[in-house]
Amino acid sequence: MTAIDPSDLDAAAREERKQRTFTRINAADKWFQVLGLAWLTPVLKAAAGDNPKAQTKEIWRLLGVPLLAIGLFLVAWASLAPTVQTSLGAIPGPAQVWEQVGNLHEDAQREKEKEAAFYVRQDERNAKLIAEGNSDRVKQRVYTGKPTYYDQIWTSILTVFFGFLIASAVAIPLGIAAGLSPTVNAAINPLIQIFKPVSPLAWLPIVTMVVSATYAADGWFAKSFLTSAITVTLCSLWPTLINTALGVASIDKDLVSVSKVLKMNTWTKITKLVLPSALPLIFTGLRLSLGVGWMVLIAAEMLAQNPGLGKFVWDEFQNGSSQSLAKIMVAVFTIGIIGFLLDRLMYAIQSMFTFTNNR
Amino acid sequence: MTRLFTFAGAMAALLGTAAHAELLDLEKDELKFGFIKLTDMAPLAIAYENGYFEDEGLFVTLEAQANWKVLLDGVIDGQLDGAHMLAGQPLAATIGYGTEAHIITPFSMDLNGNGITVSNEIWEEMKPHVPLMDDGRPQHPISAEALAPVVEDYKDQGLPFNMGMVFPVSTHNYEIRYWLAAGGLEPGYYSPENITGQIGADVLLSVTPPPQMPATMEAGTIYGYAVGEPWNQQAVFKGIGVPVITDYDMWKNNPEKVFGLNAEFAEENPNTTLAITKALIRAAIWLDENDNANREAAVEILSRSEYVGADYEVIANSMTGFFEFEKGDRRPAPDFNVFFRYNATYPFYSDAIWYLTQMRRWGQIAEAKSDQWYFDTAAEVYKPAIYLEAARMLVDEGLANEADFPWDSDGFKAPTPAADIIDGIAYDGKAPNAYIDSLPIGLKGEQTVVGNAVEG
Repeated sequence: MTAIDPSDLDAAAREERKQRTFTRINAADKWFQVLGLAWLTPVLKAAAGDNPKAQTKEIWRLLGVPLLAIGLFLVAWASLAPTVQTSLGAIPGPAQVWEQVGNLHEDAQREKEKEAAFYVRQDERNAKLIAEGNSDRVKQRVYTGKPTYYDQIWTSILTVFFGFLIASAVAIPLGIAAGLSPTVNAAINPLIQIFKPVSPLAWLPIVTMVVSATYAADGWFAKSFLTSAITVTLCSLWPTLINTALGVASIDKDLVSVSKVLKMNTWTKITKLVLPSALPLIFTGLRLSLGVGWMVLIAAEMLAQNPGLGKFVWDEFQNGSSQSLAKIMVAVFTIGIIGFLLDRLMYAIQSMFTFTNNR
Repeated sequence: MTRLFTFAGAMAALLGTAAHAELLDLEKDELKFGFIKLTDMAPLAIAYENGYFEDEGLFVTLEAQANWKVLLDGVIDGQLDGAHMLAGQPLAATIGYGTEAHIITPFSMDLNGNGITVSNEIWEEMKPHVPLMDDGRPQHPISAEALAPVVEDYKDQGLPFNMGMVFPVSTHNYEIRYWLAAGGLEPGYYSPENITGQIGADVLLSVTPPPQMPATMEAGTIYGYAVGEPWNQQAVFKGIGVPVITDYDMWKNNPEKVFGLNAEFAEENPNTTLAITKALIRAAIWLDENDNANREAAVEILSRSEYVGADYEVIANSMTGFFEFEKGDRRPAPDFNVFFRYNATYPFYSDAIWYLTQMRRWGQIAEAKSDQWYFDTAAEVYKPAIYLEAARMLVDEGLANEADFPWDSDGFKAPTPAADIIDGIAYDGKAPNAYIDSLPIGLKGEQTVVGNAVEG
């Protein structure tokens, strides 16, 4: 019987707490990876008292290096931009671009004020009409000002998702069919091979004409919205289709045998066996599709003058004012950041659905 | 004019009614109008920003279009309810040159407003042939005769001499052709089989959308162009070109853009059409009143990115009565943009007929037509009756002056005297065929273009 030193107990408890903290940090690390915040892990670990030296190295690799690279890029941009003279003035540096961010925001605010004023006027008019006993002439109309920069961003995001959803709804079932049946695969393979390399902009005139001819203008969506969305669909079909077919075709043969033994019907087979094992590849396809769709959308909007960021870029190019280039740069960064976020979003969803790592 | 407004306002306040109390019974009140980014879309921007559309109970969306073709198609298939148009567009559509559709115009948008610009290199080569004034500056108007040796030189080297204009039936196409022909250069013919308009041409004209003119010239694809403001001044500001002539110097107070509507739309929505015309007339009055006092405010509106979007200084030049030729050679041009004076907004048949004569002159109208055909076509497209009805309402509401409108006009302007036109050939809209025959270069009488040659 030895007396237990209470300090030892404390130490053990502390050790246990520390371990628990690390387990938590490691669990959170998966999410940090998904969100692109991997550098948080070593920071937390260092705070929790892990070997600071090793963690500093990690922090440097995950946070320091990228920040330094961005810093170097900004410096190079700021120093090189003024040396390129265009007829719209010099290429804008980071400062001018940042200034335009403020300008665009102020523009949006101004437009909001105008909108508010419009509704005030409308209410006054209507109140007057009611007072005069002409309530049958009261009108509630939507404000018709220009879309703000934020509106354009929102339009583009909605469009890309709409087109992407249609594409996925078509491509996943087709891909599953092609993956399960060599006959279907042989049938659609040549079509995929021919249509996959076609530039979206070649589809655009055809889509425009078809939409104009077949779609009644008073439906749910504007024609321009549909045109852009369907163009996105036609281009973002292929990665999902190909990857789904590949994922389904490469299921473990044992699983297929199991399904035969259990006499599963097709539906059960697809939901219980095929989809779970093909999901990682399907998501790879979806991620690629969304990326392609986003790129295509901007080009389609530019060419067709459909509302969205692409139109914003083209309009600014046409305006040719001294601020135009900087505004276009703002749009370029916006497009890039949104593309990055969309990709992260898909990656996060993929991480939630698949369990490749712990199978 | 202002006094009249305040008086009307006071009266309205006294009677407890505002101008919109006599709203027309509108068939359609949510409208979408198209425009091209040019200074002369101003009446649309002003009617929107000053609330003239709203006063008529109209809720208008203004949408910039990529080019003239897209804009015209939009009006034809109903995506757009109306648009800022080239005067030639409703006429060409109605006679079936290009897409056939019946388009009408109750409102002319402005006079003048265009220029012809050449690149710096061409200007340097032209300059020795341009007569100078005592102070050493070029004598205006500059004739295309100064360009002829340059074109000749390019021909000798086997190089095509390319210039740009904005649309086959645009004022700018007819103006640059007029100018070239007046200087003895062949701008080329159209024929039913060959619609390039380059048959037998010394100068090859091709289509470029207005806002891309400076960039296309900078890229060396074209050596010069005819275009509306601000794209001539833009070339000066960017230091890539020199305007050689304004259309005012070529033809004093020539008609420019119109507001075009689908005939079907105007028929189904007569009150809406009237309301639109009223709002546009008010905008035009505002743009020109008190000797252009509102022009600075108008320029600020136009320089916003949703309208023309070019820099304030670029648009301001021509709008506030100046025009810069060579960098620093800034000359007064008080009438460069006219929106209301001289009955600018009244849709004169004679304006329509001038466009038709030019279509005939260059072969877009392949066969000879009788004078009567010209009168009938003009009356089919230009609708002064709608204009006068709208003007009458405005006068009754105290928003316009009785004296500012040609109530008794038969639709024909007084003939343009020879002194007002660069080559000294007078124009009388009442004798279109005689006028066509009096022009140098171009189809006359019964002539037609067959293959690559003029016959007859």
